[in-house]
Amino acid sequence: MTPGVPVPGERDPGLQPERTRLAWRRTTLASTVVAVLAGKAGLAGGASGGVLAAGVVCCVGWAGVLVVAQRRIRGLAGGGEPERLSLRYAVGVVVCVLVTVGGGAGVVLG
Amino acid sequence: MTGKVAPVIDFARNVRLWFSPAEVRDDGETPDYRFSLANERTFLAWLRTALALIGGGFAVDQFLPDLPWGWRVGLALALLAAGALCALRAVNHWVRCERAMRRGEDLPVSRFPALLGVVVAGVAVVMVVVVLVGWEA
Repeated sequence: MTPGVPVPGERDPGLQPERTRLAWRRTTLASTVVAVLAGKAGLAGGASGGVLAAGVVCCVGWAGVLVVAQRRIRGLAGGGEPERLSLRYAVGVVVCVLVTVGGGAGVVLG
Repeated sequence: MTGKVAPVIDFARNVRLWFSPAEVRDDGETPDYRFSLANERTFLAWLRTALALIGGGFAVDQFLPDLPWGWRVGLALALLAAGALCALRAVNHWVRCERAMRRGEDLPVSRFPALLGVVVAGVAVVMVVVVLVGWEA
């Protein structure tokens, strides 16, 4: 057996899946802070129709990040060798961030 | 010398890879899962950097009401754009690292971190000067 290679079914002493799970949690927390700031910007700017729509777009982006993170965390939770991050999730979470940016530009300009 | 064209072609190839996961999976051999997870955490750290820039954009819009409208909105939009760029670059770099690990190649190098660092430092110095001198002066 090569030293350091985990045995299936045994807990990884490096806690790699746990650390990755916490990294996803931190990321959802960061995106929540961004969503709150966007909400505050929208409300302070006098909630006209356009700003409200842009704020909704921001919230959709935030919810998307949450959904992708939740699925990924569930994928990491199982025992044994954890699933690898699929490209779908990686691109998905970035698209959600871009949606937030799009809504944010609307809020700032509105 | 194709020094100017090659990065564009590389980027186009990478964009194609984003949407064809099977192509990444078939390439080379699967690395130790811990390397893949480390790559994933690096990707997430860059994504948080992008989110911090985006949050900074909203903060500028919110908490600098004395700034003239053009400056305030311009700076906010610039930060939002920097965040979007950082997020796109994060997924691109993740794909490149994953592929390099599968092929047993060296990990890709990038001048993006240095560039971002210089830009953030520059903006910070300008803000310090603005605060010390006072916006009105």
